[in-house]
Amino acid sequence: MQLNTFHSEARLTIEIISPHKQEKTHLHIEATQGWVALRLQELWEYRELLYFLTWRDIKVRYKQTVFGVAWAVIQPFFTMIVFSLFFGKLAKVPSDDLPYPIFSYAALLPWNLFASSLGQSANSLVNSANLIKKIYFPRLVIPLSSVLSGTVDFAIAFTILLGMMIYYGIRPTSTVWLLPFFLLLTLITALGVGVWLSALNVEFRDVRYVVPFLIQFWLFATPVAYPSSLLTGGWRILYGLNPMTGVVEGFRWALLGTQPPSAMLGVSAFISLAIFVSGVLYFRRMEKGFADLV
Amino acid sequence: MSNVAIHVEHLSKKYRLGQRQSDSKYRTLSESLLEWVSAPWRRLSRKDHRPSENIIWALKDISFDVQQGEVMGIIGRNGAGKSTLLKILSRITEPTAGSVDLYGRVGSLLEVGTGFHPELTGRENIYLNGAILGMKRTEIERKFDEIVDFAEVERFIDTPVKHYSSGMYLRLAFAVAAHLEPDILLVDEVLAVGDAQFQKKCLGKMGQVAQQGRTVLFVSHNLAAISSMCKTIIVLESGRLKLKGPTAQAIDYYQSTLNAQEDESNDFLPRSAARFRNPMIAPDHQAETSIQSGEPFSACIDLIVGKEFVGYDLFCILMDSLGNIVVHAHTDNRSFHHALAPGALKVKVSFPSLWLKPGLYSLHFKLIGAALDGEKIRLLSDHVPLSVSGEAAGEALLGVLTPPLQWAIHTTD
Repeated sequence: MQLNTFHSEARLTIEIISPHKQEKTHLHIEATQGWVALRLQELWEYRELLYFLTWRDIKVRYKQTVFGVAWAVIQPFFTMIVFSLFFGKLAKVPSDDLPYPIFSYAALLPWNLFASSLGQSANSLVNSANLIKKIYFPRLVIPLSSVLSGTVDFAIAFTILLGMMIYYGIRPTSTVWLLPFFLLLTLITALGVGVWLSALNVEFRDVRYVVPFLIQFWLFATPVAYPSSLLTGGWRILYGLNPMTGVVEGFRWALLGTQPPSAMLGVSAFISLAIFVSGVLYFRRMEKGFADLV
Repeated sequence: MSNVAIHVEHLSKKYRLGQRQSDSKYRTLSESLLEWVSAPWRRLSRKDHRPSENIIWALKDISFDVQQGEVMGIIGRNGAGKSTLLKILSRITEPTAGSVDLYGRVGSLLEVGTGFHPELTGRENIYLNGAILGMKRTEIERKFDEIVDFAEVERFIDTPVKHYSSGMYLRLAFAVAAHLEPDILLVDEVLAVGDAQFQKKCLGKMGQVAQQGRTVLFVSHNLAAISSMCKTIIVLESGRLKLKGPTAQAIDYYQSTLNAQEDESNDFLPRSAARFRNPMIAPDHQAETSIQSGEPFSACIDLIVGKEFVGYDLFCILMDSLGNIVVHAHTDNRSFHHALAPGALKVKVSFPSLWLKPGLYSLHFKLIGAALDGEKIRLLSDHVPLSVSGEAAGEALLGVLTPPLQWAIHTTD
């Protein structure tokens, strides 16, 4: 009786659920032990959530900033100027016979995508604690969306590169079609490392402090400000153990026509896939405890 | 078994105490390393290095079924395991043992406005929140107008929600959640927020969902809400299922345990300050007293005062079986200026004919006082059950009182 009075106030029509509902979904919940299946199909079912979370990250990123989207350009552009001054002009670092500014900018693009995606995704789970504790969805969506949202900045910064190529009169090479592949490899590497760190961050908050260091050291260990051609023979292949080496040199090769990274790229791609697969497996294994720990 | 919507079998969930305390919730790497290094050493020095007190069973061996279309309530004190149960059912956390089978699309509502972002507009948040709750985009588009209408935020739909008043924010958040159409809905204490009118609106919507033949599992402290919506109730107590039964019976049981809890809390009070003893309903000297609906009665209690009080107030509280307060009387409106000397006092409250609706009531006393030495005293007595019998006049299901009324109906000429 009480309810009836409420109904009239709610002033909502009562919907009749269709009798021909799709067959009942059945869900079984039980404690899982050890390594678990990846359930990629479920991730696919939640693609709209992935889309909205990515969209939210992009939308919110430059709100209440004075320069707004311009930040996507300012960051790599000024880094490029600083690098050109100190490494190119003063230290006379070789640049594979290319103008140093475009040489470094072509590497800064994938590097910045990697570094920002990594930073975002490593903290993503902890920052989304509120979501994780209140609602179920495949947790991989969270680091994935923070990596994907970085691609918008990349696209914006890429337009500057096109302008520079015109300015320096550099024609795209015949291998430019490989660019999406290198972009994908950047994302896979960032996601692989990001997934590892985000899951570790849930249990060990030290990770938050490790990430800036890691990114800084990694930048110097990657041929962004200098060419990998400083190394020869077997050393180059060993250098490929840093997955970002292959990615960065791949970008230069596809865009500017430097020498192909060949074997080094193979090693890099293998390492980045290994990090990615192991990261996702580890993430899935730890996932069930996130809500209790985060 | 085809009509079962939720089947829970021997469900248990264990927490290590360390995981629950907010300060030491997560470990640092160095702690972990230290533990790892010192583990063999500790194992040598002490056999059981992880004592069992560090483990809490938030849920222990819970089994029950919920039929399709049933609206079931879950009640229990804080920490009884209600929220843990809902978290397991909505897959946020895994059980330690046991299993759950859910037949149908599950929607869980453990909080309103999960994932709302203050910088985004109302419109954007509807889409985002909808997606988080598991709605498809087409579904949100279809219900968009209805949601905005329910939330009454048409004019501000393109304003960032950080500029919303808290009322608007809550209405919008609930509106999105209310339009989720799962087969099984899990709701946790959502109605604990917002003003009375908002709560009423939410309740109405919830009742509507229940009437559509959906299965609802509803956790609340609001006994009135739960008893108006649910036919069956589960009572949880320290992680165990104590009772599953019809609403009235379960609420009765729950309240009796609540009262027991209050008695326990008296133990912590300094015995020396003041003490209640022998609460009873006169004239009977039995534990349980029964009166007729229109019969006057009195309540007595002994109060032993151990200190000098500079001021006090004494309350006599009568509650119905749902926990609603029927009478909340105290000694004197201007009181708190009355001193009280140490000694034994007899208190008697005489009630006139109240014409209570037949049923089970409970009566207790409360003392609030300030001692001379500055100590503040708040003391509750044991509850005395009062059973009121008599034929419910005209089978009055609503209302609190059933006074014997005289009806006079005349023609006007």
